[in-house]
Amino acid sequence: MTPAAPASSLLVPDARTQARNRAEARFRLYGLAAVSAAILMLAVLMGSILSNGLSAFRQSYITIPVTLDAATLDKAGTRDPSGLRQVSATAYGKLIARNLQAALAAKGIATDGLKPKDIAALLSEDAGARLRNMVLADPGLIGRTIDADLLASGRVDGFLKGRVTEESAAKDSKIKPAQLTLVSAMKGAGMIGLRLNPAFLTAPDASEKRPEAAGLGVAIIGSAYMMIVVLALSLPIGVAAAVYLEEFAPRNRFTDLIEVNISNLAAVPSIVFGILGLAAFINFAHLPRSAPLVGGLVLTLMTLPRIIIPARAALKAVPPSIRDAALGIGASRMQTVLHHVLPLAAPGILTGMIIGLAQALGETAPLLLIGMVAFVRDYPGLPPAGLADPATALPVQIYNWTQRADPAFVERASGAIIVLLVFLMLMNGAAILLRRRFERRW
Amino acid sequence: MTLPLLLLLLVILALGSFLAGRARALMVAGGDARRLHSLPAHHGLNLMLAFALPSAVALAGWLLARPAAAPGPAAMLAIPAIGLAAAASLWLTMRPESRARNEVEAAAKGFLILCSVIAIATTVGIVLSLLFETAGFFRQYPAAKFFFGTVWRPDFRGDSDLGFLPLLWGTIYVSAIALAVAVPVGLFAAVYMSEYASPRFRTFAKPAIEMLAGIPTIVYGLFALITVGPLLRDWIASPLGLGTSGASVATAGLVMGVMTIPFVSSLSDDIINAVPQSLRDGSLGLGATKSETIRQVVLPAALPGIVGAVLLAASRAIGETMIVVLGAGAAAKLSLNPFEAMTTVTVKIVSQLTGDTDFSAPETLVAFALGLTLFALTLGLNILALIIVRKYREQYE
Repeated sequence: MTPAAPASSLLVPDARTQARNRAEARFRLYGLAAVSAAILMLAVLMGSILSNGLSAFRQSYITIPVTLDAATLDKAGTRDPSGLRQVSATAYGKLIARNLQAALAAKGIATDGLKPKDIAALLSEDAGARLRNMVLADPGLIGRTIDADLLASGRVDGFLKGRVTEESAAKDSKIKPAQLTLVSAMKGAGMIGLRLNPAFLTAPDASEKRPEAAGLGVAIIGSAYMMIVVLALSLPIGVAAAVYLEEFAPRNRFTDLIEVNISNLAAVPSIVFGILGLAAFINFAHLPRSAPLVGGLVLTLMTLPRIIIPARAALKAVPPSIRDAALGIGASRMQTVLHHVLPLAAPGILTGMIIGLAQALGETAPLLLIGMVAFVRDYPGLPPAGLADPATALPVQIYNWTQRADPAFVERASGAIIVLLVFLMLMNGAAILLRRRFERRW
Repeated sequence: MTLPLLLLLLVILALGSFLAGRARALMVAGGDARRLHSLPAHHGLNLMLAFALPSAVALAGWLLARPAAAPGPAAMLAIPAIGLAAAASLWLTMRPESRARNEVEAAAKGFLILCSVIAIATTVGIVLSLLFETAGFFRQYPAAKFFFGTVWRPDFRGDSDLGFLPLLWGTIYVSAIALAVAVPVGLFAAVYMSEYASPRFRTFAKPAIEMLAGIPTIVYGLFALITVGPLLRDWIASPLGLGTSGASVATAGLVMGVMTIPFVSSLSDDIINAVPQSLRDGSLGLGATKSETIRQVVLPAALPGIVGAVLLAASRAIGETMIVVLGAGAAAKLSLNPFEAMTTVTVKIVSQLTGDTDFSAPETLVAFALGLTLFALTLGLNILALIIVRKYREQYE
């Protein structure tokens, strides 16, 4: 008699166990898929911004010899700066246009079917103004022939970057396919090309019609001013509030009220702070609109709770033995805190501070409400008076550019985001470094 | 005489009074600092405060009484004179046993309290500014028509329809889509991170997910506008004949969902980690697989905390502005089609308050009523979430 085969064996899982193991594997896979999905979205987001925005750091320039004709630019012949100033940017534009035609003829590039106006339209309206600034800075150039790099128009720039094509030009009132053919020929002759564009970081914003000239100069200064205001106000106030709540405050209803308030304020939507700023600082206190000062105040109120919370955590992490030792040798409570607890908590407080500042730097919505969205071309003055001059801010400038019709501004906006993200990464990197370097486990 | 000059003078006098106080303390102690109750520096600070506080009060009072004007010579002399008189009386009465340290520390503590009260002042400021202007709005526009109106058609020439319901619907619809994305992804990510992931994977993946929370919302807005919107329109909405607009509820909801993933995952992660190990050990000891343990023991135990996390994420989604401004569109509609452009409360606050605004027209003031509703809504959600989370934490402590 053969022994009956065992009904089941630990080595051979039965159907139910197999199903349970499969469910286990599936569940684990869902988890991995969720994490991967989140990381993938981060990668797609970054990829999309980089692919759209990196080209903003390069710009098309037309390089031709320009004869700075003394008869047009300095009729009096005296090189007197006030006389030179009377020659408008438009006159320079016309001069450049004539030189461009001459250069094309010299290279033997056919311009059939294109009117002089169409050839001039390859250049940005800003090219004349930039040349004028160059001449005003160095009147000795007049009468000479220089090799000038002239800003090309937004559509020509788009053509070289692949955004504008012959088909899109056929439907476009701002550029003709024949002009693009000419640009291709000029590219063959080495007269036009992409090069690094530092003006993107330094130039002010430009009007709707001149995306190629738009830059982030005013926005970067405005953001920097606001960060100065936020830092100057929220560091002392935030640290003082955290020290009081953590080291001195008695446990009573008043302290509870402050604590509940702080944790709620940290979760209030940022746009509500914008409404507060509009009502309190602009309508009630009559501070100027569009000023970095007001933006900084609003962002301070918004950032304070987000600084106080980590600052308190940093103070709490300092062990009581430090306080006991200081009190034991006769220090007062204030001396204990100022001489011993605060220095030990400083790295943690600073880390929280930098992260709070980084959040403030990227905030947009409240700034829209206090008028930072205005079109500003003039650089604000030096602080402190410059804090009240109109300016924009980096994130608001990005929003502003997304609202414009010309697709070239999408590239600008993405490029501006890259600048913003670089700043944020530097700040967060500094915070991580600070934490790694000074973090102390007790 | 100008204000900056006056300020400079006050600062110089304050520094001078610090030095004078320190020197006077040593003088009354006969050059031996050990005879003093407080350190000489405390006496110096005390004298400086005795000068600075009255001067500051005088200066503030003077500025409030006559703003805009520059201080005349009379004020130039009167303001520091008040401070100097106060400082001089302290200087004369200083003795070795004067308790300068206690006084300085009391003043410092006063400053600390003042700074903490700013939080309360901010809340009061928000509530007052919202209530004040909202009351002005309801004087011009009936509250019932605002809260129950189904048409949003502001017209700056007057006779507008300012119904709140289409905006509320858009807000809820976008937030619901966002949560439908963020809750499953965030929750599964949190479970994987806390129960399955190796420490090495965690150190890489956790900061990566949390980076999503650190990216400014304008970046997400642009992402919705130039990438997600056209993608959804060209691949889903247009082929199915559901819509032709890049800006849509689905676009904004999807992108907002990505933004809210870390809010759900981080908090859930903490809460799952707080579930006692003994519960897991008990379940595993009875023969449950890891996923059965998670689904039937860990998650139910963590449920209140997870609900709290979801509520916090919802409050973030409702208050979010830039993603919906750029991704959802501006048309106030009551529609079920997720591929149609709709609008939210925050979008309308921005559009009614930017540009040239007239603060007596109901079309502008309605933004404050919208802001108040938004504030109340998010505050309610936050408080509810905090209560739930706090209650749950107490259970295991």
